[in-house]
Amino acid sequence: MSDATLSFEEAMEKYDPVLGFEVHVELNTKTKMFSSAPNVFGDEPNTNVNEVDLGMPGVLPVVNRTAIESSIKIGLALNCKIAETCRFARKNYFYPDTPKNFQTSQYDEPIAYDGYLDIELSDGTVFRVEIERAHMEEDAGKLTHMGGAAGRIQGADYSLVDYNRSGVPLVEIVTKPIEGAGSRAPELAKAYVAAVREIVKNLGVSDARMERGNVRCDANVSLRPHGRERFGIRSETKNVNSLRAVEHAVHYEIRRHAAVLESGEPVVQETRHWHEDTRSTTSGRPKSDADDYRYFPEPDLVPIVASREWVEELRATLPEPPAARRKRLQADWGYSDLEFRDVVNAGVMDEIEETIAAGATATVARKWWMGEIVGRAKNADVDPGQLGVAPATIVELNKMVEDGKINNKMATEVLDGVLAGEGTPAEIVEKRGLAVVSDDGPLLEAIDAALAAQPGVADKIRGGKIQAIGAIVGGVMKATRGQADAGRVRELILERLGVEG
Amino acid sequence: MAAINRDDVAHLARLAHIEMSAEELDRMAGELAVIVDSVKSVSEAAGDDVPATSHPIPLTNVFREDVVGHTFTAEQALSGAPDAYEGRFKVPAILDEG
Repeated sequence: MSDATLSFEEAMEKYDPVLGFEVHVELNTKTKMFSSAPNVFGDEPNTNVNEVDLGMPGVLPVVNRTAIESSIKIGLALNCKIAETCRFARKNYFYPDTPKNFQTSQYDEPIAYDGYLDIELSDGTVFRVEIERAHMEEDAGKLTHMGGAAGRIQGADYSLVDYNRSGVPLVEIVTKPIEGAGSRAPELAKAYVAAVREIVKNLGVSDARMERGNVRCDANVSLRPHGRERFGIRSETKNVNSLRAVEHAVHYEIRRHAAVLESGEPVVQETRHWHEDTRSTTSGRPKSDADDYRYFPEPDLVPIVASREWVEELRATLPEPPAARRKRLQADWGYSDLEFRDVVNAGVMDEIEETIAAGATATVARKWWMGEIVGRAKNADVDPGQLGVAPATIVELNKMVEDGKINNKMATEVLDGVLAGEGTPAEIVEKRGLAVVSDDGPLLEAIDAALAAQPGVADKIRGGKIQAIGAIVGGVMKATRGQADAGRVRELILERLGVEG
Repeated sequence: MAAINRDDVAHLARLAHIEMSAEELDRMAGELAVIVDSVKSVSEAAGDDVPATSHPIPLTNVFREDVVGHTFTAEQALSGAPDAYEGRFKVPAILDEG
């Protein structure tokens, strides 16, 4: 059953990968594409349906205006041209996921076409992915295969169908063939789908939750020997539904194709099923470039005309694109490329922005999120933003440190207290008795004791070897159980010994 | 417009899941050829200045506002189903298509 594969390195040595993606985005409209039934995930089966979704005879679909506007926004965000007029078409096929025996889609007249997306890879390299088209269609019902092995279609006795998802508005985004990615292909695949997801989420047109199937990716992979222009035969891995899985699926298919080509056999043009458990694909069905779906214009729907005024109105409502926002924030905050990339990869950019808005400096916000919170979130296995640290807490903690009320070490202790639900930073400082000893009296006593305990060190400092002071400071900190302000201790020691700092 | 022959009809019948006898194929090939010819004469009448149309009435942008309307209960939805199980349509195992 399992296919032979080459190592990724060997595959790269001999072959050049060409990629292509079809990403389906479910829109978060209140109702469906062509019916007024609710577009809601997770309800009781076959309750979010009416006669249109069930394809009953004589029904008349009517287009959802909001879905059209969301589709145009997606097109604009992908730098596409928006068709002045376009139509829906019927894609005819027999499968119980549609009760109509056709899917209402778009064929030769997509609403958006000829766009591009600049994808930034983890090291900052920017790779342009050309968008062929983005067209509107409706989602299909959900099939559950019963009997047989683990809900898979192979060996199933029968299938159960829930049409709640039937008719949910979809936008399918299709890339042009992506050449030149080389060994970065798996990473690019993941970054591209992540970028599309980020864009539709930022536009507010989709909930963009991959685990719910709001964003689904079909990944096309083919290989050709280095230097050859003609594309190899491709496979299409269907429904790869997490970012990590997209990366793994492309990686796997490259290794599998390479092994097939090495054996001298041609690659079979087919769909592949992705299996997360084994991180591999299995053969689906053969696929030709011209599957005979007998497309024809949908006679029950009239053409969509997107006037230039309408398109410009919609363009004016677009939020700042995520990539532009990142550039602006990095410049505002004065982070280096590496610092900023770390922040983005750790997923705390929004949190840092909020913390700065709450009154922290960019440096302080980064120190707390990257230095303290990210690590704690990792240990707790949650997103940093979900850990429960409010921007105001960071601002308060930092102010306490700057005012000399607590030191950095205590501040991290207070943070732990906040996370344990012990109250506000001020309350925790009070309750735990954490306060920097600021009265010089007890400090001087501790300093005198430390100097007396290490007379050799005291002499060195008197002699000008100021770097030796650490040993005395350490002694004082130990004696005060970390509650002294180290900076002040240093000053006092120098004063005591009559040495200029 | 291309003429329609017996093989085309057999292909369409297969795609449409319609079982047709040899005799029916012969007859239908003849009938469809007449229809295609008739359409052809319409195409000849329409000059280059007449754009192809998918709809007889020149309407565009017939929209519905995004407001939730009526739905069926699962019981209503399944009332015409040949078979059902736990609120869902029950269909024979499907493997070779889709």
